[in-house]
Amino acid sequence: MQKFSLFFFLLCFGIHYSQNTISGKIVDENDMALEKSHVHISSKSTNSKKDGSFIISNIPNGPAKVLITYVGYKPIDTTLVLNGNLEINFKMKQKNEELEEIVVKHKNNYFNHSVSEQKIKEETIEKFSSQSLGNLLKEVSGVSVLKSGNAVVKPVINGLHSSRVAIFNNNVKLEDQQWGMEHAPNFDVNAAGKITVLKGASALQYGGDAIGGIVIIEPFSTKKDTLFGKTIMTMESNGRGGTISSSLHKGNFCDWSWNAQGSFKYFGDREAPEYTLSNTGNREANFSGDLKYMGKKFDFTAYYSLYSATIGILSASHIGNVNDLYNSINNQISSVVEDFTYSIKNPKQQVQHHLAKLNYNYYIKDGESIGLQYAFQFNNRKEFDLRTGVSDSKAALDLNLMTHTFNADYKLSIDTWDFKSGIMGLFQNNSANPKTGVRPLIPSYNKFDAGIYAIVDNHISEDFSVEAGIRYDFSTIEATKYYLKSRWNEREYSPEFNHFIEGDFGTQWLTRPTFTFHNFSASVGTQYSFGNEYEWYFNLSRAVRNPNPSEFFSDGLHHSSGMIELGDLRLQQEKSNKISTSLQKQWENFKVNINPFLNYIEDYIFLKPVGFETTIRGAFPVWEYQQINALLTGIDLNSEWQINEHWQHRLLLSYVNGKDKTNDDFIIDMPPLNINNRISFNKKDWSNLTLELQSEIVFRQTQFPNNNFITNIIVDGELTRVEVDISSPPAAYHLLHFASDFQFKFANNSMATLGFSVFNLLDTKYRDYLNRQRFYADELGRNFQIQLKINY
Amino acid sequence: MNNLNKTKIFFLVIAAITITSCNNDDEPVNEEEVITTVTTTLTGGGQVITLTSKDLDGVDGPNAPEFTATRDLDGDGPNAPVIIPSGNLAANTIYSGAVTFLNETQSPAEDITVEVEEEGVDHQVFYQLSAGLGTITYTDTDLDLNGKPIGLTFTLTTGNAGTGNLKVTLRHLPNKSASGVETGDITNANGTTDALVTYPVTVN
Repeated sequence: MQKFSLFFFLLCFGIHYSQNTISGKIVDENDMALEKSHVHISSKSTNSKKDGSFIISNIPNGPAKVLITYVGYKPIDTTLVLNGNLEINFKMKQKNEELEEIVVKHKNNYFNHSVSEQKIKEETIEKFSSQSLGNLLKEVSGVSVLKSGNAVVKPVINGLHSSRVAIFNNNVKLEDQQWGMEHAPNFDVNAAGKITVLKGASALQYGGDAIGGIVIIEPFSTKKDTLFGKTIMTMESNGRGGTISSSLHKGNFCDWSWNAQGSFKYFGDREAPEYTLSNTGNREANFSGDLKYMGKKFDFTAYYSLYSATIGILSASHIGNVNDLYNSINNQISSVVEDFTYSIKNPKQQVQHHLAKLNYNYYIKDGESIGLQYAFQFNNRKEFDLRTGVSDSKAALDLNLMTHTFNADYKLSIDTWDFKSGIMGLFQNNSANPKTGVRPLIPSYNKFDAGIYAIVDNHISEDFSVEAGIRYDFSTIEATKYYLKSRWNEREYSPEFNHFIEGDFGTQWLTRPTFTFHNFSASVGTQYSFGNEYEWYFNLSRAVRNPNPSEFFSDGLHHSSGMIELGDLRLQQEKSNKISTSLQKQWENFKVNINPFLNYIEDYIFLKPVGFETTIRGAFPVWEYQQINALLTGIDLNSEWQINEHWQHRLLLSYVNGKDKTNDDFIIDMPPLNINNRISFNKKDWSNLTLELQSEIVFRQTQFPNNNFITNIIVDGELTRVEVDISSPPAAYHLLHFASDFQFKFANNSMATLGFSVFNLLDTKYRDYLNRQRFYADELGRNFQIQLKINY
Repeated sequence: MNNLNKTKIFFLVIAAITITSCNNDDEPVNEEEVITTVTTTLTGGGQVITLTSKDLDGVDGPNAPEFTATRDLDGDGPNAPVIIPSGNLAANTIYSGAVTFLNETQSPAEDITVEVEEEGVDHQVFYQLSAGLGTITYTDTDLDLNGKPIGLTFTLTTGNAGTGNLKVTLRHLPNKSASGVETGDITNANGTTDALVTYPVTVN
């Protein structure tokens, strides 16, 4: 009477490691363990134990045949594609049973064996449905955020950000003008299924230049053979808006599967505790989807995603000159406060990012596979400013960035050895629209990169593995840049760079600066398990980053910061040498991970104030890109304590110290010590009710360079010398956040989760050192959020 | 295997089609809203004094604005203006003043004054004269759509002899209803600075 069937649901599979261990449990429909069921995977087999558990080791990467049999039950006969260790539960069915879901937990999916990876789970990602990627990544210890207002949020990993942090969406490095401090990653969190943060550049298959770290985003993927989906609706009081995100998934064994996801965000002006942050609304419309075919020995995927956002920039942050900046800093009140509105005026950013990719994996034999991938990205960034005599709809900056990337990767596992190797090619064209009427921040350029890497990993024993990798990258960039002749001379580029000059346009030179780089990067590391649940990781890596276009070519007033920023054609590559170690210990109810690091960066590129230039708009401080040797040291700590069945405590702590060894000074914009404590209560019987109180303490940064300068401003009609304090970090702050949710059944046995949370419970007024708008306005005040998630 | 080959070819074709560089050999940016030259003309006491601050490489260039002052004793008459060391003004004299903004990176030069006038609601010019050198008031006729001053014309009444500066500031989106702004006090004006020049002046 019950129909036989089975199936399962594979949560994730990424790029992975071989000689995998598959473990799990065999249960019946009532979740009762099935002892002595026969489990056969690839060429190995075992019988399940009394509690239904089984474990099979040394299964290579690629497809693996699975056959599970038990008397009286329908045999499970399927193929799994392995990319790492897997923890999978199989539910065996008797006859005529309706299809039911089996949850598979994917346990270990390492990108690098010698660093401890930090993962963000799907449930956490869902809670951040209406937030930015940067805010979500803060859930990982050692990640802070660099903000320009509230919608532009960039991740800072162990004190480093922008070009130093590579973000991979579905195995493609995001190329979205990431050099800019006020350019947020062009990615919608709702398109992420799982996120992994790797601190440092040790995973060489992802490039050799991410000296801060790598963020790996994998989309949700399914193999379940029915159509299912979910919708998340989030409403927020601060900004009086919300987000809706829906996704649909359809999987099928050894056949076609597809996923589609879309989201829409709409927010008006945000509010600080005491006033409206005028012109801080934002909108987003995003889509992602893929179509996959799985054959017996290969799979093929086509993926497309679109991110499109309009972000208002705080009106009060638009300044004309140093006097305006001085007034903002000293008044400590927002200079423009208007009534709440949904409309977004200038200044604002409009960004669109398209990503299309084709991916093909071929499994040559057990433990040997190749993968080919082509990706196309198109990024359009328009920034609108307040301008005189120019239509509001005309952008002040209009950049089109087109990137083609091709990857070929090969993986082989023999005995205890794993070998990975691959090549990468990239062609990029940036085109700065000259019709904006404003000299572009970065010029048009063509860039070509090629890379090759090899990584070997030996699992000497169950407890001990060693990994080593090496990578070579070639890069060449040719820019088309107009230099003011006066700037060319001031920079003393003549005669050293006169060979770049191609044309004379009156007051400007047309130049074609061309640079070629050859970079070697390497990583060695080890993982060792010992004693009682101790795990120790150690990694040494060297990474090399080329100067980005803004570091080379900036040559004028940066309107959003009121500074004249000057690039330098003489800049050399930045070289990072990082030692990272981490120790993990798991007691029965308590887990702790301590991760100290030391990163010595030769020729670290940063902006240094060098003086003033007087212009027709008044005097501006001049900041120049310079190179120093930097030493970053720090520690990240996190712990989880299961106090009892219902109560849990979690702690995240991170500290980083940035020293300028060349000038014996501190490095600017280093995140201060922060400590995040959460205590949560969960009771399964009460509709899985969860209550959580979070305390976020951010200390005052006491280690900062003094970049204050003196200027003359008018006080009571007289020119007066004043000091403009752009250096002093704001005071420490402590915020409390509350979150709660519970689950309930819904029509057709669908599950729904309703959440209610309050951010900044006490409506604390504060400013953050790593917010570039801290001179102009306070941070966000209290925010109530209601979220409904429906699975169907 | 057949599939593999097909896929390889597919990728190669895609790569070949798409890796076609588009080298946009653009022209230099035609800078639109740039103010390079602020000229203040003071007419009174039988002479025309012209104060000019010119910054031809604009905000992005390293060169500071250059100051020149000329005196033309016969106005429209045949004699050329003569260059004077600073804007020498006569003591206790009433001058009628006007300011113009030019973009001289373009040829012919673009007159930004017209745009300031057209967008009068969003602009205001402020004048500050060193203490004791005199007083400046807006001309009643130079008003925006809301009846607030734009400040392109003004009246300067010099005081006793002395030296100091005349500072001219063009503000974009000032708060025109803030206290004192209507009478030319910049203190509460906010907004952003589109132009700010300082002319040395001598009253004798």
